[in-house]
Amino acid sequence: MTVAAPSVPSAARADRRPPALGGFSTAVLAIEIRRVLRNRRTLIFILVMPAVFFLLFGLPQRGQELPNGRPVTAWIMISLAVYGAMVATTSAGAAVATERALGWSRQLRLTPLRPPAYVATKVATAMVLGLIAVLVEFAVGAAAGVRLPVQVWLLSGLTAWLGSLVFAAFGLFVGYLAPAENVMQFMGPILAILAMLGGLFVPLDVLPHALQQIAKFTPVYGVGQLARAPLTGAGLDWVALGNVAGWTVLFGLGAARLFRRDTTRV
Amino acid sequence: MSWLERDARSGDEVADRRSILVMTDTAPAVELAGLTKTFGPVTAVDGLSLRIAPGEVVAFLGPNGAGKTTTVDMLLGLARPDAGRVRLFGGTPADAVRLGRVAAVMQTGGLLKDLTVGETVRMTAEFYGRTRPVAEVLDRAGIAPLADRLVGKCSGGQQQRLRFALALLPDPDLMVLDEPTTGMDVEGRRDFWQAIRADARTGRTVLFATHYLDEADAYADRIVLVRQGRVVADGTTAEIKNLAAGRVVRATLPGADQAVLAALPGVRAVEVRGDAVLVRTDDSDEVARYLLSRTAARDVEITSRNLEDAFLALTTDTPTTASPTAQTIGA
Repeated sequence: MTVAAPSVPSAARADRRPPALGGFSTAVLAIEIRRVLRNRRTLIFILVMPAVFFLLFGLPQRGQELPNGRPVTAWIMISLAVYGAMVATTSAGAAVATERALGWSRQLRLTPLRPPAYVATKVATAMVLGLIAVLVEFAVGAAAGVRLPVQVWLLSGLTAWLGSLVFAAFGLFVGYLAPAENVMQFMGPILAILAMLGGLFVPLDVLPHALQQIAKFTPVYGVGQLARAPLTGAGLDWVALGNVAGWTVLFGLGAARLFRRDTTRV
Repeated sequence: MSWLERDARSGDEVADRRSILVMTDTAPAVELAGLTKTFGPVTAVDGLSLRIAPGEVVAFLGPNGAGKTTTVDMLLGLARPDAGRVRLFGGTPADAVRLGRVAAVMQTGGLLKDLTVGETVRMTAEFYGRTRPVAEVLDRAGIAPLADRLVGKCSGGQQQRLRFALALLPDPDLMVLDEPTTGMDVEGRRDFWQAIRADARTGRTVLFATHYLDEADAYADRIVLVRQGRVVADGTTAEIKNLAAGRVVRATLPGADQAVLAALPGVRAVEVRGDAVLVRTDDSDEVARYLLSRTAARDVEITSRNLEDAFLALTTDTPTTASPTAQTIGA
């Protein structure tokens, strides 16, 4: 019988304390990234496919020049880097759907991990993956002979990467909306259509005029335009900037709202 | 009605007595007061009250649908009660979770299939302010050799021991196990309970929900029987078993002399119901011999009762017809 057992639980562990930063840590981030990179399907979608697209559709354009004399292959490379980054960040954000479906979120509620720290981990994971996607696409481009001034590499890469934050928010939004384990199976085609409308696969000029007008309001358009601006020398495009800002706010607020609903659900 | 209601009410008194025994001035490990939860027209938990002193090992025993899991959810702060109050160590469940004072092993789900066992434990350790070493909890849960295996490739029993390892991380003062061995084979159940028993750190309060009688019997010091969201019996394992001890001799005997029967050796209780007389006794031979040789008794029946019977009697949906003896004997 434990009735007579000495019972000093509170005295014995007076050193109990909640975790620093609500449980956010680089150790968790490292495990999360390793976990994603272990997933072969994710790797194919975010790293292999954009690279293959470049070799298939970019290389045949070798020798062609943009109006400002820069190579067309660079235009395609940057577009595909944006595509890789957006797929990476969306799938990392949408992972919350899988974790909710598996009951992991419920398990986490039995730990001191704070919900904002959980979301911060997801966003950080998304951004690391997005960065890897951009770097891989640029490395493939460079290896295939794309030569650009340093500031174009840097500015375009940075914009493609930071712009993918919109899609981390988009992924979280979808993740909290659809508690399905296989959420990326229907997200894949949606992302491809958005990328098409955003002018990542072909220049928008080849689309019918009406579609071009609609395309300017779709969420990929802005990021694509801004990421290619250092290359084309187009300068600051206010329509593109407004597009990115609008969609970031929309997806961000949507994700935040669903996230709050999820955590106050008790 | 006698025993059932009295015992349900005496739950608090039992806990009080224990608190005095252990001479601690700390708050109860668990204090549930008038807990109620309804889902549409169904009342899953119906004014349930329970107090558990630090250090107790308590089985929360009842059939499926008795409201055990709903109660555990409210206890852990995963569900909000419609009425009533939950206190863990004098604070809210959220406080206890934040400080790692409570940990739980839930029935199913809650694991990422694409992490390894070791990664799952290392990751979860980061969510706490302070934990036991990862290697230690893996070892204590008996899954150290599986550290590099993907969770999705582990058997149900192995996954359950992983959940147990996660629950060990914060070295909790209260460990809650919700039907921890559901779906496990006999060997899995044995291994799991071996791990739990090996862990039995002095002073840790353990509350486990189960519908396996033998688990409650083997691992708990105190059994709380629930039915339809209410506590129907609460006592030490010995007390609960005692309910079922002995045999019942039933006979048709108009005008039976209760006093004489009650004076027979071994007799615990006598009840007359119409022409029938029911005698609960430790010596059924003696009673039967007396009835057959000294009285006009006929239709003598002797039935034995065990923990299973007590459990069934107390937890069946229609207690008035199914368990008349359980309610009246010992009154």
